[in-house]
Amino acid sequence: MSYLSNLRKAALSAALAVSFAIPLAASASADEQYFPLQSYRVGPYAAGGTGFFGGFIDYLNLINIRDGGVNGVKLTWDECETQYEVERGVECYERQKSHPAIAAWNPLSVGIAYAMIDRITQDKIPLITINHGRTDSTDGRVFPYVFPLLLNPYSESSGIINYIASKEGGVDKLKGKKIVVLYHGSPYGKETIPIYELLAQKFGFTVDQIEVPHPGNEQQSQWLTIRREKPDYVVLRGWGVMNPVALKTAQKTGFPADHIVGNVWSNSEEDVIPAGDAAKGYVAITTQASGAQYPVLQEIIKTVYGAGKGNLEDKKRIGSVYHNLGIVNGILNVEAIRIAQQKFGNRTLTGDEVRWGFEHLQLDQARVAALGAKDLFHSINVTWDNHEGDGRVTFQQWDGAKWNVVSDWIAPDWALLRPIIEKSSTAYAAEHNIKLRTPADAEAASN
Amino acid sequence: MSTAVVDRPASSPWRIPAWAGPVAVLAIAYGVLPFLGGSYIFEAILTPFLALSLAAVGLNLLTGYAGQLSLGTAAFMAVGAFAAYNFNLRIHGLPLIVSIALAGFSAAAIGIAFGLPSLRLRGFYLAVSTLAAQFFVQWALTKFGWFSNNNPSGVIDAPALAIFGISFDGPVGRYLFALTIVVALTAFAYRLANTQTGHNFIAVRDNELAAKVIGVPVLKTKLLAFAISSFMIGVAGALWAFAYLRTVEPAGFNLDRSFEILFIIIIGGLASIRGAFFGAALIVVFPLILSRVGSFLLGGLFDSGVLDMSQRIVLGALIIVFLIAEPDGLVALWDRLTKGFLRSGEATRKS
Repeated sequence: MSYLSNLRKAALSAALAVSFAIPLAASASADEQYFPLQSYRVGPYAAGGTGFFGGFIDYLNLINIRDGGVNGVKLTWDECETQYEVERGVECYERQKSHPAIAAWNPLSVGIAYAMIDRITQDKIPLITINHGRTDSTDGRVFPYVFPLLLNPYSESSGIINYIASKEGGVDKLKGKKIVVLYHGSPYGKETIPIYELLAQKFGFTVDQIEVPHPGNEQQSQWLTIRREKPDYVVLRGWGVMNPVALKTAQKTGFPADHIVGNVWSNSEEDVIPAGDAAKGYVAITTQASGAQYPVLQEIIKTVYGAGKGNLEDKKRIGSVYHNLGIVNGILNVEAIRIAQQKFGNRTLTGDEVRWGFEHLQLDQARVAALGAKDLFHSINVTWDNHEGDGRVTFQQWDGAKWNVVSDWIAPDWALLRPIIEKSSTAYAAEHNIKLRTPADAEAASN
Repeated sequence: MSTAVVDRPASSPWRIPAWAGPVAVLAIAYGVLPFLGGSYIFEAILTPFLALSLAAVGLNLLTGYAGQLSLGTAAFMAVGAFAAYNFNLRIHGLPLIVSIALAGFSAAAIGIAFGLPSLRLRGFYLAVSTLAAQFFVQWALTKFGWFSNNNPSGVIDAPALAIFGISFDGPVGRYLFALTIVVALTAFAYRLANTQTGHNFIAVRDNELAAKVIGVPVLKTKLLAFAISSFMIGVAGALWAFAYLRTVEPAGFNLDRSFEILFIIIIGGLASIRGAFFGAALIVVFPLILSRVGSFLLGGLFDSGVLDMSQRIVLGALIIVFLIAEPDGLVALWDRLTKGFLRSGEATRKS
């Protein structure tokens, strides 16, 4: 026994010694910009995680291989598995933050993003929550380092209601209609509850918001309620496995798929393919089109996958919705660095300098085309106090095999949303004793 | 199950005094650790370790000492976290430490309410009824926006840690804050285990009928166990939210967390205060070590998903091996190791 226990003791202490001897972070070489990726490749949301981070990494690889980095500054990254859980995300943050030359955080999880807001604000490093995140962080006066790029949850809701209005023949036709919002039981899912209430009041439709507990693989009772209420439309605000289950259960309860409108996290191939037949006719909002016909994707296929460095294991997923979102996210991160380099020089930038780059991230349609992303996404126009950047949305319909775009690029009702966002952000500022930034504060970037 | 209180080791002529161990640990915790290295150790290892240890000490009082199996631990943690947040938010000028204490009492009240079925139910039946606490609390916190100050996403930000004007922000500050609370409550639990009340707990656990016959007030004892245990778990929840995550959402306190804490006391050793700390150390630190070693050795070969899966398999297998090799938990292993060490020390001294 004592031999055994000695052995055990020795093994344990060896493991401990090894783990602490591993340097916490490799030191930065001459010029590099590091992306800590709090990714998730296992767990209920792995489809989103592998696609998004796959696309992001593919784009970073493209920049490194094709251009030798951003103006000679090499892009580096490593991954830390979060499984979409907040405490794992926090542990990953603590582990990765000691790495020098961090450009920006991209956790792709509202819960993790919330936990990081105080921390990254202290570190002065941008936190990117593309197409999701905390809505009031759109207000750059209060949240200098948080960027819900392209589309915050309120804009998304407004875009969906505008689309439904256009299908009904005008905003005034919404009066008396009934809409059910089926949302994921997580911070992400709940974020839009107040805005749907407000839109319902404004346009005179009734809204009923029903929660599906995480992860959402059982929805019989929710859809029975929907059947009883006979709504005109169901907005699906799902995530991961919840989406195909919703579509299948809708079919079982006899609700037509073309009257279900998916939000921006219910719009991928991984959401509809498992639902099979039940998904035919289903419509969903998106900020970036799917498909691999865009020049930037062709270059990724040629340069990155051609060199055997592609990140997606299943090549059929190239050009899928999540993969393309990851690529768009890569474009936005890289362009922010490029814009900041124009001001601060072609070298490794500090987090605060990259923040300056994001606050000047203005890509018009010509610039987007030059980047090989014409029609992949519309444009973005981030300023020091608007951290969303007025992204446009479009709607796509699933025909059983692929997504087809069924609308123009639609602008959400930003003028309606801004006062609500400011009300919430200034309340946060008051609660946390934050002084509102001025343009002059935003212009200065510390080293 | 260990009978730690009853079988004290017979005093031998050559013995390290009983207080030496705790004093040494405290000296290291206060005197050495704060001066050690980077923030990672505090923020990602020590602070969550302390919060989970305290929750495990609380559960151990209930399950290990008093024999009442509970699966509602995470719910009581959630009550603690949300209550501390609300006391702090709604009563201006209330010192943070008082908010945390009141949060503990709130958790105790909820604990008593869900402890009532224990008067009629035992074993697995009681475990199932405490599951109700798990689901009810999570439902209530999600359903009523008031608890999270009507924050749209239901996530609350923790206030800055400060007591009487002294700020405990920063990694070391948060660690010391958590450490002090954990030490105080652990000392209380340790003392409690050696009082009449503690002995009543054990009597109820070992044979309820016999306990009743010799005059132990069974009802009162069980409810007291629920109350004290929930108090500590509630405070642990507040620490988890305020000192570690600094944000909190109801989904963070799900059934997985309850199981995690139950595993901590089973692996660490039932009816042992130290066992809670050993178990928490294993559950918190071991996955991190595995993930570090794994990504260091195999990081180039596999992507992080495969790596994570294999870590889970290794961890699960190790826990099974541990339990087969040492069903009384890490604390028994530790005792044998130290006893062996002392014996060999004695032998060298004699020779």
